[in-house]
Amino acid sequence: MTVLSSGLSRRELAARIALDIPEGSVVNLGIGAPTLVADAIPEDVEVVLHTENGMLAMGPAPVPGHIDPDLINAGKQPVTERPGASYFHHADSFAMMRGGHLDICVLGAFQISEQGDLANWHTGAADAIPAVGGAMDLAIGAKSVWVMTDLLTRDGTPKLVTQCTYPLTGVGCVTRVYTNQAVFDIIPAGFAVRELFGTATIDALASATGLHLRDGRVVPLADRP
Amino acid sequence: MISKVCPSVAEAVAGIEDGATIMIGGFGRAGQPVELIDALLEQGARELVVINNNAGNGNTGLAALLAAGRVRKIICSFPRQSDSYVFDRLYRAGRIELELAPQGTLAERIRAAGAGIGAFFTPTGFGTPLAAGKEHRVIDGRDHVLEHPLHADYALVSGHLADRWGNVVYRKTARNFGPIMAAAAQSTVVQVDRVVELGAIDPETVVTAGIFVDRVVGVGERTWLREGAFVGAADAEGNPNPSAIESRDENR
Repeated sequence: MTVLSSGLSRRELAARIALDIPEGSVVNLGIGAPTLVADAIPEDVEVVLHTENGMLAMGPAPVPGHIDPDLINAGKQPVTERPGASYFHHADSFAMMRGGHLDICVLGAFQISEQGDLANWHTGAADAIPAVGGAMDLAIGAKSVWVMTDLLTRDGTPKLVTQCTYPLTGVGCVTRVYTNQAVFDIIPAGFAVRELFGTATIDALASATGLHLRDGRVVPLADRP
Repeated sequence: MISKVCPSVAEAVAGIEDGATIMIGGFGRAGQPVELIDALLEQGARELVVINNNAGNGNTGLAALLAAGRVRKIICSFPRQSDSYVFDRLYRAGRIELELAPQGTLAERIRAAGAGIGAFFTPTGFGTPLAAGKEHRVIDGRDHVLEHPLHADYALVSGHLADRWGNVVYRKTARNFGPIMAAAAQSTVVQVDRVVELGAIDPETVVTAGIFVDRVVGVGERTWLREGAFVGAADAEGNPNPSAIESRDENR
């Protein structure tokens, strides 16, 4: 059996995701690892970042001494505004999602199913305090819903599954999953491997996840191993 | 002459009854009307139902109201945060009721109340535990769930500037829930950095029109502002940060 290497780091994966974001896109990056994608978008590429607490064209964290407590992101961290920024109230901000105006959102996940179902807000554990925030609105609202996650949990359990066992965030909403081992598209037949990282092979991924995986690689035939 | 200006925060929150449903603006600390919440603590109303995006941060503002045992129920989208220990403790002890709503549904329910909408179908939450028991309908081939408006007796909102008619402008992401809560409540109280002369706010820039506002109170500028201009010198919690002042002066 092939053993998977550790694959891409979070930062490398964020850089890989950034490459797939076309200039001119309006993008919402979920709390946690997806926020790293912002740092990987080149300065001269005009990608407009949406933050659901009410801003378009969010910029990076402020330099020390310039923290403005009225200017924060969805993770409640201080941020800055870029030229062209705008502010709006919460109902307008979520109209941008629900109304289908956002091009891409990148979210974290506990589980993603073959049908594109997403579970990322609640483990369902009895003592867990549920908190959903904007995850359900993003999941059904953005034109493309991408997930950024490790292929396996720390204890080796696959996050890609045939059916989610955690409470759902959205049904059939995920279009692509970026993991540390590979990129997967979700097609009607299930997960299709779009790109492999490092030493990963489709057989090794199938073995680690227990899933039947399609070969959906988009790299030119000549470049395939 | 119309004047909605109250001379003090105590007078701004006077009359709020036990058992009232109160919308409290803010997302985390940004736009949280801390002075009005402190006045409400002092005022003493109990058994409150609070509508906010979160369930308090640290020990101040909404968290202090919770800690004092004044809140029977909270309706919010994201109670669990790194510094929501006051809520966490009350919730685990069964001493506060929680109604969870997806953030956009929470916002739209508030907006719907202010706009006189009876109920609305939304695709958000379909197939999840938060849609359990709610009416379902397929519209244009897509699954939707029925959601009802959220009304309130009072809204406590934080703005940047207001005039005596209650026209309000906000500042940056502190706007968040202010405009929709102001419209949704029977009685809306707005605290602002400064109350300005009638006519001093450019009508093109008014965000919440005075029709939605009942009381206005000036609480003084936050430490990071001077006559409306950003001067820095605060930490992320909004506390004065002397080292930030020094670095600013060095840059001059």
